[in-house]
This record gives sequence, structure tokens and C-alpha cells, in this order.
Amino acid sequence: MKKLFIPLTVLTAAMFAYAPVAIAGAPYESTMLLIQKIFYFHVPAWMAMYAGIAVCGVASAIHLFKNRPAADRLAVGAAELIVLFGAIGLVSGPLWGRKAWGVWWQWDARLTMALLLELVFIAYLMVRKYGGPGSDKLAAAVGLFGMAVSPFVYVSVNIWRTIHPLNTVVPSLRPGMRAPFWFCAVAFLLLFTLLLNLRVYLAREQAMLDDLYLAEDDGAV
Amino acid sequence: MKALFASVYTFLFTAAVFAMQQPPTEPQGEFLPIDQLPPAEQLPAAPLLVAAYAFAWLAVFFYVWTVWRRLGKVESELRVFEKRQAQRGPSR
Repeated sequence: MKKLFIPLTVLTAAMFAYAPVAIAGAPYESTMLLIQKIFYFHVPAWMAMYAGIAVCGVASAIHLFKNRPAADRLAVGAAELIVLFGAIGLVSGPLWGRKAWGVWWQWDARLTMALLLELVFIAYLMVRKYGGPGSDKLAAAVGLFGMAVSPFVYVSVNIWRTIHPLNTVVPSLRPGMRAPFWFCAVAFLLLFTLLLNLRVYLAREQAMLDDLYLAEDDGAV
Repeated sequence: MKALFASVYTFLFTAAVFAMQQPPTEPQGEFLPIDQLPPAEQLPAAPLLVAAYAFAWLAVFFYVWTVWRRLGKVESELRVFEKRQAQRGPSR
């Protein structure tokens, strides 16, 4: 990944630089018009969040059952990114809703569950920060439950009556909208990969420093 | 006689004041619905759209800055640690 980091950073930066042009060129949606263009960042941010949930959940399970510190470092990095991309989704959504629905927020199933999912991973980070010794295992359990909850958030629009658009809007996108959407989705997933890599590198350095301090205290260094 | 002139002047003055007043507007007796707001009354979409994109960028840059700062702190601690070990020499 070290060799790929710089080329991927350049590629991601180029994609994000071109993204506004692609979004501006996409056709207007017939009822929501201009405000619907938030879609091209809103949904890819959720996709990056779901990628983070998958990584965090699997890595948490590995750390919980096999006690692998490398998996723990991956999980904590992914959890921070889940909160970041979830925050982008939770802020851009109400800005879209204010114009499209006339309200900033609606306590319906989809929106409320998305907020709760974000709170689960904020709880994960708080357990890590303030939980004391052994908090990595507790946080891993929270991460695992976060992953278990996430499919319900995705299918909530199909189960409960909500004002949120259905999941079918993405597969049924018309060609003019489909290309810019997937372009932005790939850009967000690349950004997620880069940030995760950077965060895992930080965690590795922190672990190395902690090991050195512990060894010094034990008189080994 | 004075009282008669006073009454006439008062009447004329009052009449002039009433004549200068605008006719009162008709009170609204019913509400008439329309299908769509006129464009000037509609909530503009552009500021909301710009705010959404701006927040996304600010959040990502803020996060990268926090990682950068934490990384700088850890690397400076590692350098201090290595310097301290070098000063002690290969004693153990």
C-alpha cells in the first residue's frame, strides 16, 4: 500500500476536482430540481460509511475472538471514518430535506435509525478513549453490534413508511445521473481507503511508542 | 360671532384633514389558495447545496488535520525516545 499511496492520493484528488463538473453536467431531477444534486455526495458518503462498518465489524470480530492487535488498529481507524462519513450524511440529508420536504428533520424510521447508527460508533470511540484497560475488547463488541444493526438501517425504507426516498433510486438511475453518481461513489471509496490507511499508520506508530515506553519501564530498553 | 367663526374654521380644518387621509384598505374577507409560490417567495436551493458540499469538505479536511497533528506528536515523541536511548548508549 505504501507504493500505491501517492498515486492513489493523486487519483482521488483528480476525481474530486472533476466531481463538481460531472455533478453540474448531470440532469436535474423532475420534482426536486437543483437541490437533488446533494445526492451525488450524500449517498456516496453513506456508502463510505457502510464500507467502514464492514471493516470495523469484521476487524472487531477478529480482535474479539482471536486477539489480534492489528485487527484492533484497523477497527478503530474504520470507526473514526464511520463517524466522519456518517456526519457528512447526517448534515447533507437535512439540508436536502429542508428544501425537498420543507423540514430539516423528520423522526421517521430511516432518519432516526441512521442517527442511532452514528451514535453507536461515537459510543465505540468514547469507550476506546475513556474505557481504561480492556476497553479495546468492549469497543470490539460495540463495533460488532454496530455492524449487526446496519442492515436494518438500509432496509428500513422498505419495511416502514418513511418520507425518505427508497433504495431503488440508485439502481434505477437514468444514464445521465448514473455516471456522475458512480464516479462520486468511487471517489468517496478511494478517499475512505486512503484515510483508513493513514489512520492505521498512525495507530501502528502509537502502538510502537507504547511498546517502547512499556519496555523502558520494564528495564528491557 | 366669534364662536360662529371658530365653529366654521374647526369644521373646515377637520374636513380638510379627513379629505387628506387615504381611503382605508379593504379587510381580507377570505384566503385564496394558489398552486405554487411565486419564485421570489421560494426557498432558494443553491445556498443549501453549497452548504452541504462545503460541510463535506470541511469535515474531511478537519479529520485529515487531526490525524496529521496526532501523527506529528507521536513521531516527535519517538524521536525524543530514540535520542534518549542514543545518549544512554548500548548499556543493556
